[in-house]
Amino acid sequence: MLSFQLISTVRLGIKSLMLHKLRSALTMLGIIFGVCSVIAMLAIGEGASYEAQEAIKKLGSNNILIRSLKPPEAARQQGGGGPRGMQLKYGLTYEDGARLQSTIPGVRRVLPMRIIRENVRFSRNELPCQVIGTLPFYTEVSGAEIVRGRFLCDQDELHQNNICVITAGLAQRLFAIEDPLQHALKIDAFYYRVVGILRERSKPEQRTQAGKMEGEPLDNNVYIPLSASRTRFGEVLIRRSAGSFEAEEVQLHQITVQMQDSAAVETADPQIKTALKRFHDQNDYELIVPLELLRQAEATKRRFNIVLGSIAAISLLVGGIGIMNIMLANVTERTREIGVRRALGAKRRDITLQFLVETVVLSVGGGLIGVAVGMLTPLIVSHATDMKTIVTVWSVLVAFGISGAVGIVFGLYPARAAALLDPIEALRHE
Amino acid sequence: MSGPAVPAPAGSLPATSRPAGGRPAATNGNAIVQLQAIHKIYALGEEAQVHALRGVDLTISAGSYIAIMGPSGSGKSTLLNLLGCLDRPTAGRYFLGGDDVSQMPDDALSEARGLKIGFIFQSYNLIAQLTVQENIQVPLLYQGRDLRQYNARCAELAGLVGLGDRLHHRPNQLSGGQQQRVAVARSLVNDPLMILADEPTGNLDSKTGAEVLDLIDRLNQAGKTIVLVTHDDRVASRAHRVIHMRDGLIDREVTNRPLPANPHPAHA
Ligand SMILES: Nc1ncnc2c1ncn2[C@@H]1O[C@H](COP(=O)(O)OP(=O)(O)O)[C@@H](O)[C@H]1O
Ligand SMILES: [Mg+2]
Repeated sequence: MLSFQLISTVRLGIKSLMLHKLRSALTMLGIIFGVCSVIAMLAIGEGASYEAQEAIKKLGSNNILIRSLKPPEAARQQGGGGPRGMQLKYGLTYEDGARLQSTIPGVRRVLPMRIIRENVRFSRNELPCQVIGTLPFYTEVSGAEIVRGRFLCDQDELHQNNICVITAGLAQRLFAIEDPLQHALKIDAFYYRVVGILRERSKPEQRTQAGKMEGEPLDNNVYIPLSASRTRFGEVLIRRSAGSFEAEEVQLHQITVQMQDSAAVETADPQIKTALKRFHDQNDYELIVPLELLRQAEATKRRFNIVLGSIAAISLLVGGIGIMNIMLANVTERTREIGVRRALGAKRRDITLQFLVETVVLSVGGGLIGVAVGMLTPLIVSHATDMKTIVTVWSVLVAFGISGAVGIVFGLYPARAAALLDPIEALRHE
Repeated sequence: MSGPAVPAPAGSLPATSRPAGGRPAATNGNAIVQLQAIHKIYALGEEAQVHALRGVDLTISAGSYIAIMGPSGSGKSTLLNLLGCLDRPTAGRYFLGGDDVSQMPDDALSEARGLKIGFIFQSYNLIAQLTVQENIQVPLLYQGRDLRQYNARCAELAGLVGLGDRLHHRPNQLSGGQQQRVAVARSLVNDPLMILADEPTGNLDSKTGAEVLDLIDRLNQAGKTIVLVTHDDRVASRAHRVIHMRDGLIDREVTNRPLPANPHPAHA
């Protein structure tokens, strides 16, 4: 009846520990904190990296984003004065798009975008928006979802139709009770009929150089045909600010290159860089590779987990040393009991087992409480701070497993010390 | 020590074969213990030694009641520890119930203690965190027995020592005499070949001491073999044989009364 003996040994261990409740509780505390911190920290880290990864994934892991940037050198030259004073030409061109489409292997689609900040009006409502001139396959590349109506079509592009698709958020803000699909918006001097409402998968980052105000809602987007954007707004954008004005000539603000698969992304990344470098002598664009960001995020997470693991290991080590210390004192205190048990037929391994069980009860008990507290802590954290937390099963198992292992590792020495006592000496012990 | 006597082969000892699971088939008069030229030397350091036993020969018959007396330091406790398989002799041979236990490995000695020996200590030595019932069961625990099947037996033993109503008390809720009676019950639970008691009344006043001794007398009358160390002549007078020790040797032996020849029925 080995199992029965084990059960009685465990019961006996609990009884012995209950004899010194406060001492046992304090001893457990080290393990409780260790296990709790492992689970809670991992949950917070997991939540943070999950959010980051989701955000990156929304950019499309098969996409490569190229954005126009106002080059810092050009900004300085601007002050020197050009022929018309302040006109600045930079950024991506239609030619860039065509070149990428034709030269880079593995390209599925190249999506050009012009992103212009304008106020959009409907009756007496006026809101600052991003007016995005793009092509009909925008939705396939960005993963945006049509909620009502339709998106831009080839005919719109061909005829430079004055139609638009707006985001759901903008529709809500601009139209109080009216059905947006029955109306037209006024942008600059032209009216654009609303043909569809869409929901973005990700909130596209606004172009910072377009004079964005802080704290605006990010999804006030109006999509119009690229051709319409070119003819209605022209290539030269004029912006007035504080008495002076700036004129910029930017053909495209963003090119999204959709690759066939993630393997193609990796080979295309350097190829795009060289292809662009050849035709841009200034640093007027940036490359964003979501896949690479994802990899970086994963690497960061790995590093974070290692740091966390070390902290956890140290705290559990400290907890283990605490347990060992108490168990050594325990063995000394109960020397007489050990002698009695030996006299009554206990073998050395019975004594080893008894003290080992006590240590394991302490550490596993602490581990269980630690798991409970550790699963509760992330809940409180995400409630209080709006941070996302994810308690993973493996973190609970690992933390709990380690607490058990700590009990065995740090219990072994005191238990062996107890078992190796000479029964006669032990019986004589006061 | 001169050339040790050729030890009697186990077969020449009285038939004490223990059928599996049964109690020893020892009948009165059969030798259950045979010590042959037992020496015990404690090494204290490089040179210093204490020769605690210097060639003790002793035979203990089943059912006998033996008192060991002698001045302090004469080796009584050392002898009792050897008899109880708590220690091994430096030289000589010890047959317990037919087995040579003199040089058994530690685990085998533990097993021998658990199966064949009952201990009663001077300071009771009950385990503080256990109840009376659990204390009585401790020897069974280490034989891997399912304790649930022994609750009735424990209750019976507790009744035998007059503590049937204290089964769930803890040692610190009992008087010294009561604790020692629990210890007596505990020494019986494994139905041992013999019960060893090192000054069992040393910590008790004479009245409660007498009660415990009466209890031990009853056990002996029921057939238990008792070996008891004492300083008290009145205690020793209860035994069949009194062994006087001096300087690690048996100095003289006194037989108070003969061992009853007829085998007793097993006690409760
Ligand atoms: N563990 C030991 N180490 C060294 N010497 C011991 C040990 N145990 C007993 N002795 C010595 O052995 C002798 C006999 O001791 P003991 O058997 O305890 O005598 P008693 O019980 O008759 O008083 C004493 O001289 C004692 O000092
Ligand atoms: Mg003594």
